[in-house]
Amino acid sequence: MKVTLKDKLSTYKQHPFSLFLMIVMVLAMVFTVGITLSLIVYIVYKGVPNLSPELFELKFTAENQSMLPSIINTVIMTVITLVIAVPLGIGAAVYLTEYAKRGNKLVKVARITAETLSGIPSIVFGLFGFLMFNIALHWGYSLISGAITLAMMVLPTIMRTSEEALLAVPDSYREGSFGLGAGKVRTIFSIIIPSAMPGILSGIILSIGRIVGETAALIFTAGTYGQIPENLFSSARTLSVHVYALLNEGLYMDKAYATAFVLLVLVVLINLLSKYVGNKLTKK
Amino acid sequence: MDKVSKASSGKFKETFMYILFLIAACASILSVALICIFLFQRGIPAIAEIGAGEFLGGTRWKPLQNLFGIFPMIIGSIYVTAGAIIVGVPIGILSAVFLAKFCPPKLYGIIKPAVDLMAGIPSIVYGFFGLVVIVPIMQNLFGGSGKNMLTASILLGIMILPTIINVSESALRAVPEQYYEGSLALGATPERSAFAVVLPAAKSGVLAGVILGVGRAIGETMAVVMIAGNQAVVPDSLLDGVRTMTANIVLEMGYASDLHQDALIATGVVLLVFILIINLCFSLLKRKES
Repeated sequence: MKVTLKDKLSTYKQHPFSLFLMIVMVLAMVFTVGITLSLIVYIVYKGVPNLSPELFELKFTAENQSMLPSIINTVIMTVITLVIAVPLGIGAAVYLTEYAKRGNKLVKVARITAETLSGIPSIVFGLFGFLMFNIALHWGYSLISGAITLAMMVLPTIMRTSEEALLAVPDSYREGSFGLGAGKVRTIFSIIIPSAMPGILSGIILSIGRIVGETAALIFTAGTYGQIPENLFSSARTLSVHVYALLNEGLYMDKAYATAFVLLVLVVLINLLSKYVGNKLTKK
Repeated sequence: MDKVSKASSGKFKETFMYILFLIAACASILSVALICIFLFQRGIPAIAEIGAGEFLGGTRWKPLQNLFGIFPMIIGSIYVTAGAIIVGVPIGILSAVFLAKFCPPKLYGIIKPAVDLMAGIPSIVYGFFGLVVIVPIMQNLFGGSGKNMLTASILLGIMILPTIINVSESALRAVPEQYYEGSLALGATPERSAFAVVLPAAKSGVLAGVILGVGRAIGETMAVVMIAGNQAVVPDSLLDGVRTMTANIVLEMGYASDLHQDALIATGVVLLVFILIINLCFSLLKRKES
């Protein structure tokens, strides 16, 4: 028996409150999707006409706030952050899933602190990074202090997704490897981590999205210098910080639109990539 | 002889890697410890120097006159977070119920990625959108600068939507299907079954989503600083500008020095304490759920 529209309407006639609930639900959903769409459409509409070749010049000057250096900085920042956070995150996940015994105190503390870490606002990370790296270690505004701060920020994400992925690896894989005479370390590196790779990868992509979009944690750590950095200890602004700096100066709205558009495109691409990896994971 | 050395080198490798994994597992513990140490070490003496009552309860923030009262900022953070909850929670829960129970699969394939994308949009882009779209609308409706508590509440309400929707949706999906079907069999309409049976059963999960949303709203910085007006006074109405704790830090940290800088770090300490309390509530709720 199929419920036709007519049946539904007659039910709603008897239960007007149900109809009301359905209407407010649809309205809420339309609002949610509508806001997302209008944000994207607005940024595209305002951003695309303002794109110009000058905005992609290699040098940032007072006359031409080129965004190419910021794009390059974003890539460098992402790579350094991942180089720090990925081994730590995966290593922690391996310890929690493969080594730790049930009821281990350390595991409990590690999980609680990871959860705490993921709830700390980015501005607090920024303050901390400023105090520890810029002041206490005398690094000043630098790429490296921004990257370590961000690595701490994305660590819980990588840890949690890797842990889930490692737990999903069937125990028979481990037993098979041990049975063939492989040691624990070899089993981990050549059997367990490779088969958990898609899950780990989706966590890493999620983190890339967070790194690219981050502003508050970087303003006081990596600073707002608009050029391509000479080394790890020079200040460098990422694309998000570039948008903030342009808006803050208030003179370059058109350039801010164009930069926000490029940033949004990056975020959408990263999102699609994580969907793609996620789909591959569930198909398997 | 050779075999022995090989075995011992293998054993060395195992132990060595074990220690590396152990160190990695301590990274998150170390991070939290370092953050607390560095912030408290600078923040607590500053609060002591200003006076805890004067710092937390003082209504005047005038760094040039050595007046450091962050009461307006604490109130500002609480107000805009409450506003965000009022805007975001009903819309978020209604959307979540729709997604979990009534959404046709084809439509779901479009809406769900949109919600996920919403979670990924950087806060600076939300702030930008608020500045160029919501602020002018507010100006037209109510006059003034358009940068006020209402604007901030609406934008934050939008920003916490994906958090609330995703957590609530999975909580709703975790409710056994029999609850819903049992209610239908008793003659309740699908809508009534969803709201009167499934939603109450998913209560603690939905609440966890709301708490997560509160954490996100109170910690949000870049979007708020662009649209909230940032006046460091206790607001009288929804249309007054407010300054949140996060905005206070980001606005002045760049040029502050001495006690002023310490007072900003102390603001961060207060914010951190708020977040730790919210985190505690969240994990207690999660424990209760499982």
